[in-house]
Amino acid sequence: HHYIGATWHVLKIELYEMGWNLKDGLRECLVAAAPYGGPISLLKGHNRRSPSARPQLEIYSSSGLPLASFPWKSGVVKQLGWTVSDDLLCVQEDGTVLVYDLLGGFKRHFSMGNEVSQSQVLETKIFHSPYGTGVAILTGALRFTLATNIDDIKLRRLPEVPGLQGAPSCWAVLTQDRQSKVLVANGSHLFILDNTACTPVTPPGLSPQASSIVHMCVSFSYKYLALLTDSGHVWMGTSNLKEKLSEVDTKIKTPPKQMAWCRRPKSQQPSAVVMWDGLLIVVGECKETIQYHLDDDSILVPELDGVRIISGTHHELLQEVPGACEEIFKIASMAPGALLLEAHKEYEKESQKADEYLREIKEQSLLSEAVRQCVEAAGHEHEPETQKTLLRAASFGKCFLSNFPPEQFVSMCRDLRVLNAVRDYTVGIPLTHTQFKQMTVQVLIDRLVYRKLYPLAIEICRYLKTPEYQGVSRVLKHWACYKVQQKEESDEVIAKAVSVKLADAAGIFYSEIATKAYESGRTELAIKLLEFEPRSGEQVPLLLKMKKSPLALSKAIESGDTDLVYTVVMYLKNELNRGDFFMMLRNQPVALSLYKQFCKHQEQDTLKDLFNQDDDHEELGNLYVKASYKEQRLEARIALLQSAVDEYYKAKNEFSAKTTEDEMRLLRFQRKLEEEKGELLVGFSLHDTMTTLLSVGLHKHAEQLYKDFRVPDKRFWWLKLKSLAEKEDWEELEKFGKSKKSPIGYLPFVEVCIKHHNKYEAKKYVSKVTPEQKVKAHLAVGDMEGAAEAAIERRNESEISTVLSRCSATTDHLLMERLNRAKATAVKK
Amino acid sequence: MAHTEWRDAPELPDFSLLKRLARDQLIFLLEQLPGKKDLFIDADLMSPLDRIANVTILKQHEVDKLYKVELKPIVSSSDQLCFLIRPRIQTVKWISDLVNADKVAGRFRRYKIIFTPQKFYACETVLEEQGVYGDVTTDEWNFYILPLDDDILSLELPEFFRDNFLEGDQRWVTTAGSALHLLQSVYGSFSKVYGIGRCAKMVYESWRELMEEGEQRTRQPEFAKVFLVDRDVDFVTPLCSQVVYEGLVDDLFRIKCGSVEFGPDVTSSDKSIKVMLNSQDKVFSEIRNEHFSNVFGFLSQKAKNLQTAYDKRRGMDIQQMKAFVSDELKGLKQEHRLLSLHIGASESMMKKKTKQDFQELLKTEHSLLEGFEIRECITYIEEHINRQVSMIDSLRLLCLLSITENGLLSKDYRSLKAQYLQSYGIKHLLTFANLRQLGLLEEQQAGETLTVMESKVGKLVNDKTVGKLTDAFSSLAKKSNFRALSKRLALVPKSGEEYDLRVPRDMAYVFSGAYIPLSCKLIEQVLERDGWTGLEEVTRMLNGQEFAVTGAPNPRNKTDAQRIVLVMFLGGCTFSEISALRFLGKERDTYYVKQIEYMVNIKLSI
Repeated sequence: HHYIGATWHVLKIELYEMGWNLKDGLRECLVAAAPYGGPISLLKGHNRRSPSARPQLEIYSSSGLPLASFPWKSGVVKQLGWTVSDDLLCVQEDGTVLVYDLLGGFKRHFSMGNEVSQSQVLETKIFHSPYGTGVAILTGALRFTLATNIDDIKLRRLPEVPGLQGAPSCWAVLTQDRQSKVLVANGSHLFILDNTACTPVTPPGLSPQASSIVHMCVSFSYKYLALLTDSGHVWMGTSNLKEKLSEVDTKIKTPPKQMAWCRRPKSQQPSAVVMWDGLLIVVGECKETIQYHLDDDSILVPELDGVRIISGTHHELLQEVPGACEEIFKIASMAPGALLLEAHKEYEKESQKADEYLREIKEQSLLSEAVRQCVEAAGHEHEPETQKTLLRAASFGKCFLSNFPPEQFVSMCRDLRVLNAVRDYTVGIPLTHTQFKQMTVQVLIDRLVYRKLYPLAIEICRYLKTPEYQGVSRVLKHWACYKVQQKEESDEVIAKAVSVKLADAAGIFYSEIATKAYESGRTELAIKLLEFEPRSGEQVPLLLKMKKSPLALSKAIESGDTDLVYTVVMYLKNELNRGDFFMMLRNQPVALSLYKQFCKHQEQDTLKDLFNQDDDHEELGNLYVKASYKEQRLEARIALLQSAVDEYYKAKNEFSAKTTEDEMRLLRFQRKLEEEKGELLVGFSLHDTMTTLLSVGLHKHAEQLYKDFRVPDKRFWWLKLKSLAEKEDWEELEKFGKSKKSPIGYLPFVEVCIKHHNKYEAKKYVSKVTPEQKVKAHLAVGDMEGAAEAAIERRNESEISTVLSRCSATTDHLLMERLNRAKATAVKK
Repeated sequence: MAHTEWRDAPELPDFSLLKRLARDQLIFLLEQLPGKKDLFIDADLMSPLDRIANVTILKQHEVDKLYKVELKPIVSSSDQLCFLIRPRIQTVKWISDLVNADKVAGRFRRYKIIFTPQKFYACETVLEEQGVYGDVTTDEWNFYILPLDDDILSLELPEFFRDNFLEGDQRWVTTAGSALHLLQSVYGSFSKVYGIGRCAKMVYESWRELMEEGEQRTRQPEFAKVFLVDRDVDFVTPLCSQVVYEGLVDDLFRIKCGSVEFGPDVTSSDKSIKVMLNSQDKVFSEIRNEHFSNVFGFLSQKAKNLQTAYDKRRGMDIQQMKAFVSDELKGLKQEHRLLSLHIGASESMMKKKTKQDFQELLKTEHSLLEGFEIRECITYIEEHINRQVSMIDSLRLLCLLSITENGLLSKDYRSLKAQYLQSYGIKHLLTFANLRQLGLLEEQQAGETLTVMESKVGKLVNDKTVGKLTDAFSSLAKKSNFRALSKRLALVPKSGEEYDLRVPRDMAYVFSGAYIPLSCKLIEQVLERDGWTGLEEVTRMLNGQEFAVTGAPNPRNKTDAQRIVLVMFLGGCTFSEISALRFLGKERDTYYVKQIEYMVNIKLSI
């Protein structure tokens, strides 16, 4: 361990010896390295404009292993940068931004707007915020244009900076108050640009001898700001410019190449790194600085908890020494962790000193603190051997503790295994434990997937017991999406390989994979893959996209989800010509009935066409009848009914045809009478019409209807009976009763009279009632004697009982006796 | 006594949870449109909504004015309009027109449609076609189930029957599946699912898919079994006149969403009164399942008891009187109020139902069920039509005749239809077309008469050939086979036997001892056999489509839950069936919770 510096501790460790072989190192290169140990891109000779010597774009892992390389054929690139999801952004002079994946595949491009392309890009910064990856551009017209999230581009042109004559001496992008802002230095003046205003600001306590701010950098979290002045002073403070943390004189007045914060989250000490040609200076809270000599051209890559230094040959990490490590490894440290480590060492040597150390820790009851320190320190160590030593010590200490929660230890062991695996030279993702915790396993898995390291990703998911949906299945899906794009393999082979691999993985949507296959031009493969999709609902949208409409329709119907069927039907309606559309529906009754429902409300005419196509004359007839009821004008109404009649005849439904014809006749009749007699009739049923006619005394007309419309005798008699009784025309009623033998019998006569409280009239008809109804008739007129007489005569038990139940015990005493006697001898029925 | 009581009524799941869930979601949705807003509610959602969130709650969440959706131009002056509607094309069309009218008038408002219980693509299509898709935000209120009573849940979907059985539109299937899924996620898994009918099967499938997609939560189930039954498995029962008290109240006054409005003739005042009908009403809960002939006696006894309770006041000293007023009087007054309402209702019931007409109607129905004196029945129906007694009752009788007789003879069909059209107008051609589509009212085809012949001949040969012959013809038309079913399941008790309606001996009491509801009998049989074994003949006659699936393993200990069965009627059920199941529950020491699409009361015209 190399601990450098006396007053505060900064540690520089070597991550990799670079695997690449660069002739001139990083000289003359445009370089961009993604944070969180991401990939590195290089563009050599980016300023060359002749088509004969195209620059070469190369992408490497953090360990310098080649991932992609291709000649740059587009315009002049001003800036390279990486997005949060490991995509490479190449910002061209004209403001066009080209997006590549980390294996060099072109994804898309977008423009930063007309204004940018007209005045050209002067400088560019690519930044990350909670809203995604953003691009900020300083144009030739000295104006800033900014997009906060390249996946949802909203270009913002920032206000002008007053007094700006040429390019500002330096600038940076800040994220404050949920807004991206630009901090610009023009000489000694500092401005903050936001959406609406350009505000001059002054850093508190900036040395007065400075006449210009020559460099600035913002910390990873956007909380802190460092400014370098032409007098060689580094001012460090909060980025809201409210507080100064320190100011250090570097004693170097030439402008630096790069400057970056090197600070741990929650650390108390500010520290920044300034890089010149061949020299690196770390500045902090005190006046002293730490200096490193650099052999080679390098770049600084700011990280959450330090800064990486990449040169043509080496890759190093510069970090503030973590508290736990310092406590343990400080020379002659008496910290509990240090003692525990010592104790374990002695224990391994089987020395009794182990016990002495242990006792010392325990006496201060600091054993759990000691274990915690060792575990934490292990997390910060990059050397597996050191990790192991520390973890063993922790494990040893744990043995002497009861009730010590094991989670921290266990999860640290797991995390370190994963970290060591991805830090491996062949993978080349040099994550620290702090970074890993910040980025989460999900994101790490994504990164592995982008690099097509599927087996490792799956291994990690299984090892960390990530739920299948988020873990293994997700990786497999990505694998499959990649697999289906492999042109050299046949559809069958791929489909089989995919189904075998994905067979028992939960939560796989084959439709997504099929979509990918379709997008890469393999429709047949897509259809094959869709067959594996158990949710037919998921198959439908893609099938539609692929123009496999019949299949989509039958799948939708299979799914039993009506809504989905609807989706397909409406899609087809717009897609196909009417004839084909109807034809397709014809073979799918479920879809057809749904569409009819829709037409009923929205497109009556279409409904007619549908029935026509099917020669469904019966339904057409019904449709016309229904329409006729909505029609106010009589002629139109009759015309509709005539259409109905025609259809019914075509349907060989004589009954309906005749009935409808009758209706037409009735309507004409009604109108004629309406005109002649002023009686409202149109639209009444036959029955109601006759009732009305009889009630207003138009007997002749009623009779005419009775004859013309084959009204059954019974109905007519009922009608007439009711109407005469209502008018209390008893004389006419009697005449009517005698006109011929009543088809409804005479009991109704009795009842109707009683209903109108005319017992006298009622009695007239009792004698004419049939024997079966005699009892009822007598009872109706309240003639108990007569009823009893009739019942006894008929020797009918139930009738006798009925009469009995109506007798009152006080007045009909004798009658009841008679009835009871008769009942005993009556026949049971 | 206490013991038996417990046996009879196991603790039912707490359904108020469902209301709470629905309320919380609704509030969440309303808050998605911050600020004052006017709320438009579909007419048939008003009562259910009132059960979930009353006006006060709505006002608390910045609902300014409430309107009923009437498909007419509106007068709201609010800048934010929220529509709480069923996913119906017409309503969405109306909203689109409103939005477009505002656009023409240059008026800017915010619109939000909350579809319940779910949105349908068809509705969104309308928004798109009318060019207002971008102007309106849409949401779903997954309010699937409304608990109407301790043992009745309802989906409150009046169009379920028509859409599913008549129009062949199965869009509500997933809704029913989701409702079951909701119950399962709140109250635990079911151990067994039985069902019969095409729709039941589809509902089960849709539910199963939801189960497979979602995470499985294992918890102590509060239901044991589920029984799904399609309404078209048993059309006979809803066609019969109801004679239990609750059924009659429904027939006469129409129970809507668990409450009824008694008119002036019942309240003996000039006002109508809206009453909630559920087990909270102590008077009602004692008479709801009784045959109406017993109700009056019961009520008068109750009145006497009440009088005695009031009379206690006499001879009380001040202290006692004080205690009486504070402890008992309020309860007595409440009971008094309810009692007089129910007495009023049963009086008006007696007036209407003891009349000759009703007695004859019942007699005809019973004859049809028994298959006895069919000619006389037809004559009676004819007269019923000719005299214009009741448009609905005539149709009901016609359907009952058709179903019990496997269709009408051509001659009868035509003559009765012609008479009906003469009475009520030819628009009913469409009614008849619909009824035929449903299989409710059919003309016997030439082929069918053959089958009747065949089976007559078959009887002479032997039973096996009959099976084969009927099989051969079963593809012809969907037949009700009511006669055969009735015989096999003993639905119609032998006539002539006295049936004491005060001491019901079986479920037939709900129809005066003349008929055991087919649906309830099936449920009884299947639960008794724990499946369909032994009922093969019956299911064949019902067109198959039966299933029984074992779900979550039964917990060892026989808890209350094991005795609770959820019966879901797809397409609605009648109060008579509910009463019958309550009776069955008491008999079998099992408790039935009914879930229904909607209370049906035969209504099938255009």
